[in-house]
Amino acid sequence: MSTTLSLDGRPIPFTPGQTIMDAALAAGIYIPHLCHNPDYAPHGSCRVCMVGVGGRLVSACTTAALDGMTVESNTETIQSTRRSIVQMLFVEGNHVCPACERSGSCQLQAVAYYVGMLSPHFPQFFPQRPVDASHPDFMIDFNRCILCELCVRASRDHDHKRVFAVSGRGLASHLVIDSPSGLLGDSHFAASDRAAQVCPTGAILPKHRGYEQPIGQRLYDQAPISVVGDLRAQPGGE
Amino acid sequence: MGEPVDSKVQAFVARSLGLYGQAPEYLLQHLIAVQQQFGWVPPTAVDALAAALDVAHAQVRGAVAFYAFLHDQPRGDFDILFSDNITDRMLGNQRLVGLLAERLGLGLDAPRADGRVTIGLTSCTGMCDQGPALLVNGQAVTALTAARVDRIADLVEEGVPLERWPGAFFRVEDNIRRRGLLLSNPATDGASLRRLLDGGADAALAELERSGLRGRGGAGFTTALKWRFCREAEGGDRTVPRFVVCNADEGEPGTFKDRVLLTSYTDLVFEGMTLCAGVIGARLGFLYLRGEYRYLVPHLESVLARRRAEGLLGKDILGQQGFDFDIAIHLGAGAYICGEESALIESLEGKRGVTRKRPPFPVISGYQDRPTVVNNVETFLAAARVVQWGGYWLRGEGTDQSAGSKILSVSGDCARPGIYEYPFGTPVHRVLTDCGAEEVQAVQVSGAAGTTLAPAEFDRLLAFEDLPTAGSFMIFDRSRDLLDLVRNFAAFFAHESCGFCTPCRVGTALLRNLVEKVAAGQASAHDLQELRDIGAVMRQTSYCGLGHTAPNHVLNTLDKFPAIYRRRLRSADYSPSFDLDAALASARALTGRDGVADHVEEEA
Amino acid sequence: MLSREVSDVSAKPRVATASLCGCFGCHTSLLDIDERILQLVDLVDFDRSPLTDIKTVGDCDLGLIEGGVANTENLEVLRAFRRHCRTLVAVGACAVNGGVPAMRNALALRECLEESYVRGVGVYHPGIPRDPEIPLLLDRVHPIHEVVKVDYVLPGCPPSADTLWTFLTAWLSGQPIAFPYTQIHYD
Repeated sequence: MSTTLSLDGRPIPFTPGQTIMDAALAAGIYIPHLCHNPDYAPHGSCRVCMVGVGGRLVSACTTAALDGMTVESNTETIQSTRRSIVQMLFVEGNHVCPACERSGSCQLQAVAYYVGMLSPHFPQFFPQRPVDASHPDFMIDFNRCILCELCVRASRDHDHKRVFAVSGRGLASHLVIDSPSGLLGDSHFAASDRAAQVCPTGAILPKHRGYEQPIGQRLYDQAPISVVGDLRAQPGGE
Repeated sequence: MGEPVDSKVQAFVARSLGLYGQAPEYLLQHLIAVQQQFGWVPPTAVDALAAALDVAHAQVRGAVAFYAFLHDQPRGDFDILFSDNITDRMLGNQRLVGLLAERLGLGLDAPRADGRVTIGLTSCTGMCDQGPALLVNGQAVTALTAARVDRIADLVEEGVPLERWPGAFFRVEDNIRRRGLLLSNPATDGASLRRLLDGGADAALAELERSGLRGRGGAGFTTALKWRFCREAEGGDRTVPRFVVCNADEGEPGTFKDRVLLTSYTDLVFEGMTLCAGVIGARLGFLYLRGEYRYLVPHLESVLARRRAEGLLGKDILGQQGFDFDIAIHLGAGAYICGEESALIESLEGKRGVTRKRPPFPVISGYQDRPTVVNNVETFLAAARVVQWGGYWLRGEGTDQSAGSKILSVSGDCARPGIYEYPFGTPVHRVLTDCGAEEVQAVQVSGAAGTTLAPAEFDRLLAFEDLPTAGSFMIFDRSRDLLDLVRNFAAFFAHESCGFCTPCRVGTALLRNLVEKVAAGQASAHDLQELRDIGAVMRQTSYCGLGHTAPNHVLNTLDKFPAIYRRRLRSADYSPSFDLDAALASARALTGRDGVADHVEEEA
Repeated sequence: MLSREVSDVSAKPRVATASLCGCFGCHTSLLDIDERILQLVDLVDFDRSPLTDIKTVGDCDLGLIEGGVANTENLEVLRAFRRHCRTLVAVGACAVNGGVPAMRNALALRECLEESYVRGVGVYHPGIPRDPEIPLLLDRVHPIHEVVKVDYVLPGCPPSADTLWTFLTAWLSGQPIAFPYTQIHYD
């Protein structure tokens, strides 16, 4: 039995058990995503990877590929829906790209470029979130956290430390750190942790390094994420 | 209540650990106990529980911050939460909140300086047929009047412990107005269990299949199929533990029928759970009871104890060797999302109630990743009767796709709010006539997440194929401003979104803000289009049913009652997203300036 | 050569620009179109703009707004632009989402002002200024689309000269406005 799905009209082979996202990535076709990272179990929370299947939208990262499935991804309607979701992420936090060291090599920004976002569109929430600079090697700027839980998963499943968790609910959901003081510096977090490397935005950043590569010459300054892929796929990435 | 001494907290946690054990699944139950005892969850308790249960501090704090009834700051000795469903509002709860706050001299959500009392609002407490209602230290008080609130203020000021408050305050009536197949007779002697033991699981499943019974929680999945999937999960390996969970997290605003079933049809509910256990091979079941109904716990525990004594629960049920099953009651703590079955399972495991990825469905991988049946209270009751009296008994009523009857919780503008049981396929207008509703402007079927009906639709049928419903039926007469409904529901969903996925987490907040903008007379036609667009994105892309249905009330009323929005529009085109003049208030205060130039005029 | 249909065929389109709560970096970027500015002045007339020093905005075809909305003067200018400009463009990060000035939103206005005028290093006569000529501050800095309807958006801090040129030439010729990948960036 051949196992093939059709993605925007292109036949894509897959192995049973793979998700639509797995199949697309293996075939070198980009479906935008933020909470997904092939090194960790699918999460399905950011909703950026929505694709059309049978007249409905489903998240490519959590939906099993089925033989003969017809999947729509790169249509104007779907891009527009994804754009709204990315805009929601932008207004929910404080994403000041000109003041962020990750700018140009930030997946949130790159995905926003990919879906054609020119402005955040919605009213900004302007939440007030203090920065945690208590750790000697890393800082956390919660203003840039999009709750993808990649650091939570990496710390739990790879580093076996459980340094991060999500607390609260609704719009008050927020990343917390497992230490008596709640500060990163008092936790078991180390610069060598996988959790230090997986953040798709500038929320978890190394200290003592700044703008080694000038703005304008960075990964996504040159080419879209649909061509160059995620940060993890880059030389020097995790 | 102020800071309790650490040793007291530690001693209490130790007692709680002795009672519930050290399984991490019991974290939430420990936290609820601590909250009840101290009026908050002090850091000492967080430390003690994290250590004893071997869970991360962050997980404990995360749970405290997730559940609305848990607090990391002290509440008052009397923690009073007014139910704030739209039906409570229609019965004048806001005036009563104001009255009590004025009498006690405090605002909302901050304890009074002496630590005596806190007043706050909470989502629907399931007393819509006898509201306005409140919870005081978790206990339900119904039928509030100005006089009752006045008396409560006295009791609080005098520091009278709850046990000595007038019993009438805590009386909860069943208000059963119309009995059908299920409500006609609460009595049972274990007949369905005998049928199971006589005929075997396959025969019982065959009766359930014949009956066409579908889940009564709203989604309508075929019960026989769910039980069969669970029974056959893991290749039918009988050594794999299975679980039965009764979803009594009746959180949909306007629903209260499970409250009545758990009060007066308790044996049938437990019998249905036991039956399910017998069919799927479970030895342990949970009744997940919403925190608002904690007043039912002593009653439920006494029925469980009696059933154990009668051989209907526990070891060797009805003398059948190896038919072992028992039921534990787990409390929720103020989280609507936990009515969703996978979030409920997370909560049962002591975690934040965040929806799980599906598939796998709970029948394959539920509680502790084991095969688990989760059914609504009413479904278990119906299942017990189906196996007792046969599938055709249920088929005798209802429609082809919706066999049997549905129990409705009727509230709002009508002469006789309460519980009504109808055959599926009953038109909406029949219910309105029976409950004495007049001059009806709108009916909200199936709760805040359901459908808003205009009079032209009152001949629609209550059935899975037309108007599926979990039972909530709220009525609004012509004197009501339906934007109040929209505001109430929009605030409800923003409060209850679990926050896991982007469109629901952010979308519910955006909708709430836009609806408030409309209410303030500040919105434009652009904002109405925004409401539609955001609603469409939430419907299409949210992770679970909460987000899919959260915009329903906005989208329904925009279509069916456009005037409630249009008559408040400030501009046909565009208007600012915030109040410009109010945004200058802090600068005016800081500079002492208050001239004409220090204010902003609205533009037409 | 570029052309544009306007109601009065003899008149060139009028363009106004203003910087609200910004750094004039976007205006500087406009000047970075270098010699193309000679083409531009052939094609359009500038109305109110730091480039002309005209202080009030008249009826215009295009208004370019740099900067977010931080005080009463910003509000007044922005509303005047919206009234007078047929097409209004948010130019640059601050106009688009508040940008760097909006980082003050992390603090209450009192904290901001006290840090600057009371506790700050080198403050000689501490006290929050209350001169009525100073525009009153909003409690938060807002992007301009939160106050008025915006027709086009050019992100960037600043948008590059090429981005601005792409926009202007497309707009002047009535072509759909589209940018190559490298011309859209938020930083």
